[in-house]
Amino acid sequence: MTAVITDQAPPILKGPSDKEKKYDRQLRLWAASGQQALEDAHILLLNSGAGTVGVETLKNLVLPGIGKFTIADNATVKHADLGVNFFLDEDCLGKPRSECCVKLLQELNPDVKGDWFPREKGESLESLFGHGHNFTLIMYSLPIEAESLALVQKYAEKNQVPLLSIHSAGFYSYFRIHLPGTFPIVDTHPESTATTDLRLLTPWPELSKFAADVTADIENQSAHEHGHIPYVALLLHYLGKWKDIHGSLPSTYKEKTAFRDTVSAGARRDNPEGGEENFDEATAAVLKTISAPSLASSVKEVFDYKPSEVEASSSFWVITDAIKQFYGKHNALPLPGSVPDMKAQSTIYVQLQNIYKAKARRDISEVLEIVRAHPSGKDVEVAEIETFSKNAAFIKLIRGIDSTPPSIQTIASQEFENDKTAELTMMPLSLLPIYLSLNATSHLPSASSSDILATVGKDVLGASDNQRLVEAAEEVARAKGGELHNISALTGGMVAQEVIKIITKQYIPIDNTCVFDGIISRAQVLRI
Amino acid sequence: MSQPVMVAGTIPVPALEPDSRWTYLDNVRRNTGPYTSEEFDTSDEAVSTMDRLKVLGAGGLGCELLKDLALSGFKDIHVIDMDTIDVSNLNRQFLFRHSDVGKSKAEVAARFVEKRVKGVSITPHNCKIQDKDEDFYMQFNIVICGLDSIEARRWMNSTLINLADPENPESYKPLIDGGTEDCQIAGLSTQLGFKGQSRVVFPTITSCLECQLDMHAPRQAVPLCTLATIPRQPEHCIEWAHIIAWEQEQPFPKLDNDDPEHITWLYKKALARAEEFKISGVTYSLTQGVVKNIIPAIASTNAIIAASCCNEAFKIATQTNPSLGFEENYMMYSGNDSIYTYTFKHEKKDDCPVCGQLARDLEVDPNFTLQEFIESLAERAEAQLKKPSIRAESHTLYMQSPVSLEEMTRPNLKKKIGELVGNGDEIAITDPSLGTVNFKYKLKFFKEYRAAV
Repeated sequence: MTAVITDQAPPILKGPSDKEKKYDRQLRLWAASGQQALEDAHILLLNSGAGTVGVETLKNLVLPGIGKFTIADNATVKHADLGVNFFLDEDCLGKPRSECCVKLLQELNPDVKGDWFPREKGESLESLFGHGHNFTLIMYSLPIEAESLALVQKYAEKNQVPLLSIHSAGFYSYFRIHLPGTFPIVDTHPESTATTDLRLLTPWPELSKFAADVTADIENQSAHEHGHIPYVALLLHYLGKWKDIHGSLPSTYKEKTAFRDTVSAGARRDNPEGGEENFDEATAAVLKTISAPSLASSVKEVFDYKPSEVEASSSFWVITDAIKQFYGKHNALPLPGSVPDMKAQSTIYVQLQNIYKAKARRDISEVLEIVRAHPSGKDVEVAEIETFSKNAAFIKLIRGIDSTPPSIQTIASQEFENDKTAELTMMPLSLLPIYLSLNATSHLPSASSSDILATVGKDVLGASDNQRLVEAAEEVARAKGGELHNISALTGGMVAQEVIKIITKQYIPIDNTCVFDGIISRAQVLRI
Repeated sequence: MSQPVMVAGTIPVPALEPDSRWTYLDNVRRNTGPYTSEEFDTSDEAVSTMDRLKVLGAGGLGCELLKDLALSGFKDIHVIDMDTIDVSNLNRQFLFRHSDVGKSKAEVAARFVEKRVKGVSITPHNCKIQDKDEDFYMQFNIVICGLDSIEARRWMNSTLINLADPENPESYKPLIDGGTEDCQIAGLSTQLGFKGQSRVVFPTITSCLECQLDMHAPRQAVPLCTLATIPRQPEHCIEWAHIIAWEQEQPFPKLDNDDPEHITWLYKKALARAEEFKISGVTYSLTQGVVKNIIPAIASTNAIIAASCCNEAFKIATQTNPSLGFEENYMMYSGNDSIYTYTFKHEKKDDCPVCGQLARDLEVDPNFTLQEFIESLAERAEAQLKKPSIRAESHTLYMQSPVSLEEMTRPNLKKKIGELVGNGDEIAITDPSLGTVNFKYKLKFFKEYRAAV
């Protein structure tokens, strides 16, 4: 076998750098690649109203080391700001809020650049967007003036920049992400328990031979040998026997449980422990591993999506096309190649690992070949193809906001219909009333509950007869457009997580609106 | 107005008369809402009661908690934290600067927030929560825990439940607990970092942390024989270096997890062993992670959980809206795949060893030796006791201390359970993690006892 361990780079015997020390706890989540993406990013916050939720979000982005941020805000600091915004103090009273917040935020991390706008009184927002900045992502807090909103939307649209709106008032908040076009993610970080892919129903020759070798003369093996046969080999061994008797592999639940009993019966029990750990592992793995791999609906969605001409030449879609062809040919995705830990002797386990790694490498080279044959596939990085192939079962596509989104009336009817059966289905009630009530004050500093209901009523039939909507409107009116620091801190945490996911292209962001209710302590994600 | 479109901040904040610092807070403190109870009081007097409330925040969420509490109108805040500032805290604990590394977390954080938010008093306690006695905890109205170990949480939980005295309503201290390092429901989540939980306990009235203990499964230890003879994973090589090689070679007098020289020694040892067994993946970062049991942590997740805790404290203190507690009492947050919260009621257990009245059933194999039984207590999800002392109804089975009692009871360790107690007997267990509380168990033999031949 030629495939020895090639992915073990010669280790460097030196400790971590200062930066690695400072960022250790987050590098364990998004690695150096994610960190680099953060450090390359420039985020703009258009701040208004009580002005805290956006600043709290920035705090959670400055700490992990975002490259640069800019705050645009033309408010001057008032006493009320000091009771809600931690990044202001007495010395800031009467000064521009943008500059003061930037300075106190920058103290958190000397590696981050901060800028504010306007630099001079009366500078218009157009001049900020005309400056040739390259914003990676833009956030604005609500309420906002309609003219400013139109300007920022135009800029985001033209430059294909993700746009986030955030609204926090009293005990409620929501935020909404507007992604430019589709947003594919490869590095979704699935739960480690979900990623085991052992292909026990379709073993390849090397794996079959390995299983046959280590289970040869199984009845007469010594206690040590017998107790250390890796469960992968045990299952393959008993599957072979099952097939000899039944003519086919176990497929129904009943067959699988019967198969499980056969495996369990193979354990030796005349020892002091009264059983064998490797057989316990094999028994426990039957239902999870003895099933034909099926394509997750999220992957199917990626396969079915027809990328536009521009999209189609990007590496993601070129690789997707290749993986799709691979799947068409083999009725399976490329093998991820990892093997979970299991009771086994070291050499045997490493041998098994290498069999899986070698097969994964063969699959990757096949995908690579298809990619290279693609008209746009010449320059696609091998590393990207490798990562993609290993995580093919968990890729995900977020579609961005539809050009013709469903009407609020349609969404409301659906949500309120669900609420009727919520008690029966034990589902929480919809938080749409909160979104609707906050949304009605998108351009107003504050409003009465009847004003809010009247505005909502323009889009949603019978708004003022809906008890939960009436209550949500009353609660929003009660806050008079004021933020509670707590709710803004919590919302700022949620938004920062989403921003990190979008910038690093790791983990899965929301699609596309998240509403938070601080009274019942619950969030809901809605596609609006 | 004929001004040009300026920047987004053109939405004026609502006219404030007078322009007071707590205007926004007063919007909810001085106005009733659709969900406020009938007792909710908007008077000056009611609002000012908040000035006299004493709140305690403990542990790693401290920075966020202090900021949130101070800006929620709490005036008398205490913080307790034994840790000193490490450079790896700076990516999230935002009150600390590089020049603060090595100083007391409680003191630096307290000074910072007191300076930033005028009129708030913050008292730091640079010590372990276990160093304080009942009188200390009795002075608070609400306790918020952001502790990073199950042991510390259990201690605080049992201490506060012990305080609760039906004769004295003041002795019931709501406990709010937040964490980002071990939330899981029946094995659902394993990947930490974007996840956390917050929960509210009304001592002796609602489900306590001990009632919920089985939701936090203890970490499975790798068997020693795997480390010693058949390593398969990079982690096995590191644990070998950590547990076995260090003991044998004693390169330094005492292992210090924070000393890079010590970690480097372990890393090199682990690496050599990994090469011997052709195992890949040992890195410095992994070595550090395994040895220190590092859990990923980021600012945003801490912000979410701390604010959620403070939100509940604020609602309890002000009655501005119903809090978690009597109905739903537990909120799980997960941000890995979209955003998902699960808010539910965890039921109080009548046989909870800390807040319940009944002895809890404990299934046990009577053929276990007492030693094996004690070891199993560390791993059982519902017990998780590492240094238990055990008493039966009429005699002591094993005491960890004092030395004289330990020596006297040590011979029992080799005896089988069935020899020492009968099926259905009650035993009482104490453990340093529980403070002064006893666990009461009723033993149920699930196998037949075979007397030794």
